[in-house]
Amino acid sequence: MKKIHSLEMESISKSFHGIHANQDINLRVESGEILGLLGENGAGKTTLMNILYGLYQPDTGRIKINDAIIRINNPVESISHGIGMVHQHFMLVQNHSVLENIALGYKDTPFFFPKIKIREQVKEFSSQFDFNIDPEKKVWQLSAGEQQRVEIIKALMNGADLLILDEPTSVLTPREIKELISILREMKAKGHMIIFISHKLDEIMDICDRVVVLQKGKIVGSAHTKNTDKKSLARMMVGRDVVFNINREKLAKGKKVLRVEHLNVNNDKMLPAVKDISFDLYKNEIFGIAGVAGNGQRELAEAITGIRPIESGKVCINDKDVTNKSPRYIYDHGVSHVPEERIRFGIAPGLFLYDNAILKQHHLKKFSKRYFLKYSQVKSHTKTIINEFKVSTHSINNQIRNLSGGNIQKLILGREISEKPQLLVASHPTYGLDVGATEFLRKHLLQLRRQGSSVLLFSEDLEEIFELCDRVAVIFAGEFMGILDSGDERLCDIGLMMAGSKKI
Amino acid sequence: MEEIIISTLQRTMVAGTPLLLATTGEVICERSGILNLGVEGVMALGAVVAFIVTITTGQPWLGVLVAVGAGMAVSVIHAFASITLQANQVVSGLALTMLGLGLSGMLGKPYVGKPLSIKMDDWAIPWLSDIPWLGKIFFYQSPFFYLAILLALTSWFFLERTRLGIQIRSTGENPKATETQGINVSRLRYLSVLIGGGFSALAGAHLSISYSKSWIEGMTSGRGWIAIALTIFALWNPARAIWAAFLFGGIFVVQYLLQPLGISPNFLSMLPYFATLLILFLISLKDPRKLNAPAMLGEPYKRGER
Amino acid sequence: MIKIKTSDRYDITAFRSLMTNIFSLLAGLGVISIIFLIAGVNPLYAISEIFSGSFGSVYGIKETITKAIPLILIGAGLTLAFRAKFWNIGAEGQMLMGAIFATWTGLTFGNGLPSYIIVPMIFTAGFIGGALWGIIPAFLKIKYSINEVISTLMLNYICAEILTMLIVGPWKGKTRFGFPGTDNLPDSAILGLIPGSRIHYVTLILALVCAAVLCVVVYQTRFGYETRVVGENPDAGKYAGINFLKTSMILMAVSGGLAGLAGVGEVAGIHRYLGYPAAVSSGYGFTAIIVAWLAKLNPLYAVVSGIFFAGILVGGDAIQISLGLPAATVEIVNGTLLIFLIMGDYFLNNKITIRFSNKGHD
Repeated sequence: MKKIHSLEMESISKSFHGIHANQDINLRVESGEILGLLGENGAGKTTLMNILYGLYQPDTGRIKINDAIIRINNPVESISHGIGMVHQHFMLVQNHSVLENIALGYKDTPFFFPKIKIREQVKEFSSQFDFNIDPEKKVWQLSAGEQQRVEIIKALMNGADLLILDEPTSVLTPREIKELISILREMKAKGHMIIFISHKLDEIMDICDRVVVLQKGKIVGSAHTKNTDKKSLARMMVGRDVVFNINREKLAKGKKVLRVEHLNVNNDKMLPAVKDISFDLYKNEIFGIAGVAGNGQRELAEAITGIRPIESGKVCINDKDVTNKSPRYIYDHGVSHVPEERIRFGIAPGLFLYDNAILKQHHLKKFSKRYFLKYSQVKSHTKTIINEFKVSTHSINNQIRNLSGGNIQKLILGREISEKPQLLVASHPTYGLDVGATEFLRKHLLQLRRQGSSVLLFSEDLEEIFELCDRVAVIFAGEFMGILDSGDERLCDIGLMMAGSKKI
Repeated sequence: MEEIIISTLQRTMVAGTPLLLATTGEVICERSGILNLGVEGVMALGAVVAFIVTITTGQPWLGVLVAVGAGMAVSVIHAFASITLQANQVVSGLALTMLGLGLSGMLGKPYVGKPLSIKMDDWAIPWLSDIPWLGKIFFYQSPFFYLAILLALTSWFFLERTRLGIQIRSTGENPKATETQGINVSRLRYLSVLIGGGFSALAGAHLSISYSKSWIEGMTSGRGWIAIALTIFALWNPARAIWAAFLFGGIFVVQYLLQPLGISPNFLSMLPYFATLLILFLISLKDPRKLNAPAMLGEPYKRGER
Repeated sequence: MIKIKTSDRYDITAFRSLMTNIFSLLAGLGVISIIFLIAGVNPLYAISEIFSGSFGSVYGIKETITKAIPLILIGAGLTLAFRAKFWNIGAEGQMLMGAIFATWTGLTFGNGLPSYIIVPMIFTAGFIGGALWGIIPAFLKIKYSINEVISTLMLNYICAEILTMLIVGPWKGKTRFGFPGTDNLPDSAILGLIPGSRIHYVTLILALVCAAVLCVVVYQTRFGYETRVVGENPDAGKYAGINFLKTSMILMAVSGGLAGLAGVGEVAGIHRYLGYPAAVSSGYGFTAIIVAWLAKLNPLYAVVSGIFFAGILVGGDAIQISLGLPAATVEIVNGTLLIFLIMGDYFLNNKITIRFSNKGHD
């Protein structure tokens, strides 16, 4: 295998179900270079890198290594070409030790006593790059940063000259980020090339030599980091100056609906994910929580709706304490929830549309009488939702798994709004929807606000936040970077706040 | 007194042998992520096949070999259903048990109650069998006993100390990550299910041609199911399976020991089943992260799904 | 080069589902024929004997209905448990526990009470017995995450030993001349038969009613709704605020209770006394698993599939006599059919296209 001196992607395009994920992308990296790939979520960064790693095939375009055209059909071929990738969600066996994980993927693992040889090799690599991990530990005992280093070692031991890192810092602590950066610099000095995917401006400016900005699947700009600054990169990434929607009518602030006080919540790994968050939410108000996914939004939403236990702090609905109450209790006190992972939480895939249309409401008087469900009401209710929310399906006697993501989302939103909740917790309600459905759902959220409900809106989409919200909080690493009114001039810096480089 | 203790322990080893064989097989199978509830049926089939071949050819080892082959062959059904067709592993395993029990009953009908004149002699290990007490207990046993321990240790070695073992275990933990390393998940799973089937059949062979030296329908009497529970109790580790199996062998033997005391034999027959529930209860008190249960046990894996 | 492509199928109609089942059964019969051939029996003859033995004569039909009674009861109950992905393999034990409770009630209170009081009493007792035996694994699973497959099975063995212990010990009847078994139940507690048959019609009616009621429960009630949601997607169940412990315990009480009723029918309708466990349960608890699966987990369809498998049991008895095949033949038939039924599901849920091309790759 020859060492990679340069890698080029030429006019790469890829679309899924008619939606362009990548359009005519050209990109070149050379050895000893760190290239930043900057863009919002859904800009097409990960798709592009999965093409390079052989997980997807491009619709058009080609890849060249050292100016020779190559074809990459699967990750194994990509590894043999000297390309390594560290995925955002690590491809590690959690219950196995570091050595076993490395032995699994390493091409020269001996059959007998594999760990002995791997141990030596790991030691060698660790001293070269200052990795500092206990190779006997199980992966689940390691911090996210250490797990990431295991992934990097795996790639390097298989001879990766080009290393792709997908959002490598999103799971790391500030100290671990520093360590990662020094490892990357060391690799650069040894002649490796690195593609660094991120949406955090600070890091891009700090680590990368060059940066390419992606927006909606296209390259919208590129620059040497020496010759640019964070502000202009932020503008390129967001793609517009901050403009507020003036169509949203002014409504007087109503009474307080939700009060959150010093809330602390853990994530699935029992690490703090929401740190001492406090805020109030009023009638006739849409309160936006902007931020890149994975910064504690999910845990916050689940804690408020009762799915996730609260470690400390308080959640009150209309001055009633609902901290750590059951989801049904909280629902009955007027809180609806459009969950982040619709398929996982929001529906029972094999059941009919009308069954799913009452998932949280089947116990209400309206739909049940003693032990029985009133299916005639349920069905007419379902029909109302389908008509009102334009869910396209040939029948309500259809298993919901047959519907498209957009239609499922419309049904869930319809279901959650239909009972006129006092508070709607909506997590990324328009994520992955087409333009029409998105506009439609946003109108409904505004209508809800007009009717006197309040909405807690989690979104990564700044356009959505600006269009809908009366107030915006920016969340980063489980903390609020600031809470701003929609008229606040400081909102221009929202990109910086989302990237964690500015706190108000 | 000394006699009683020695003979009890000796019989404990005998009673534990089939449990150890079946448990070891199920450990390998489950490590690759496939739950096989067919152990009981495959065991019965192994027992009857070994018995028939032995009684007709007079070659006990040939009987063992054919039984292992039959066990592997019938396990292909479960492998195909649960790996290739991604069927529900619980139901598929149950079907295998029904089929195995049925086949064994049909094949064994003419042989019910026939005594086996060809004996598989016990092996006395030179020197070691002369050690007082221990010699009789551990070194004057049926070849199956040595085989079971040897296979358990070998299995442990293969799972923990070879590349193949790491691959099999990774398959059960995270098939997607394993597949991206260029490893064929289905092939490893097929292999593991077949090995598991072979071990179960071996356990059955021990029952019919060494333990009771006869064939009666239902002679496995739930040992296959107990082996599945022991797999959990052994924390999916073949080395731990050794003492888990012999502990249960002891419970089987204690029944006979207590019978003269006037305790109802039916009550004593319940002991292994009670003990099974008890150990599952005790295991549940442990921190689930330390249980070592294969993370994707029983989950069908569909290639290319993200 | 043959290329096989599979993709998820979304348009599953009732008709396609039925056809898949029928094709699976036919394929299963094909394999069974091969087994018969190997066993030296003409498969066409054997299979026609099975079906003429069960459905081909008035006697056969009567026997088939008799054996369908426990299969329908247990099978209908299992559809509920399996719907919630609760793998209840313990119907045998639950059936025996029902029989034990019923026998005790009948022997203790039966003398002097008229039928219309004692018969409902023994059925109630049987239901309670089966339900209690069913609740144990539900509790163990939710509270201590003990695998229900193993716990229900172990409880089968334990219950069989308890029963044996009772009939050789304290409950041993004076009229049994030293053989194990209780005395006969008092006449008032014995279920009436349709003349000229062994069909204990009270249990038959009960079975049909239970299947119908359960169908209403599954598709019309809040509880049935929660059961289906939990089985389809436990995470959605959590999101919807469903109490898992309560739901599991209720559904296992029902599933076990129905098995208990089947036990009552066998004791009070067929045997008239409590004898050896194998005679009382005769493997109905296991056969009912296939009944539930063939019914696509619909309690009402369990009536049809229960009759079908009862036919196989009766036909199996017939060929034992006429062809000299062992009793285990029925188990082979059952096991093979179950395997083909679950394999059939793959072809129901996946669209498979086979393409022939000359090139090495696409």
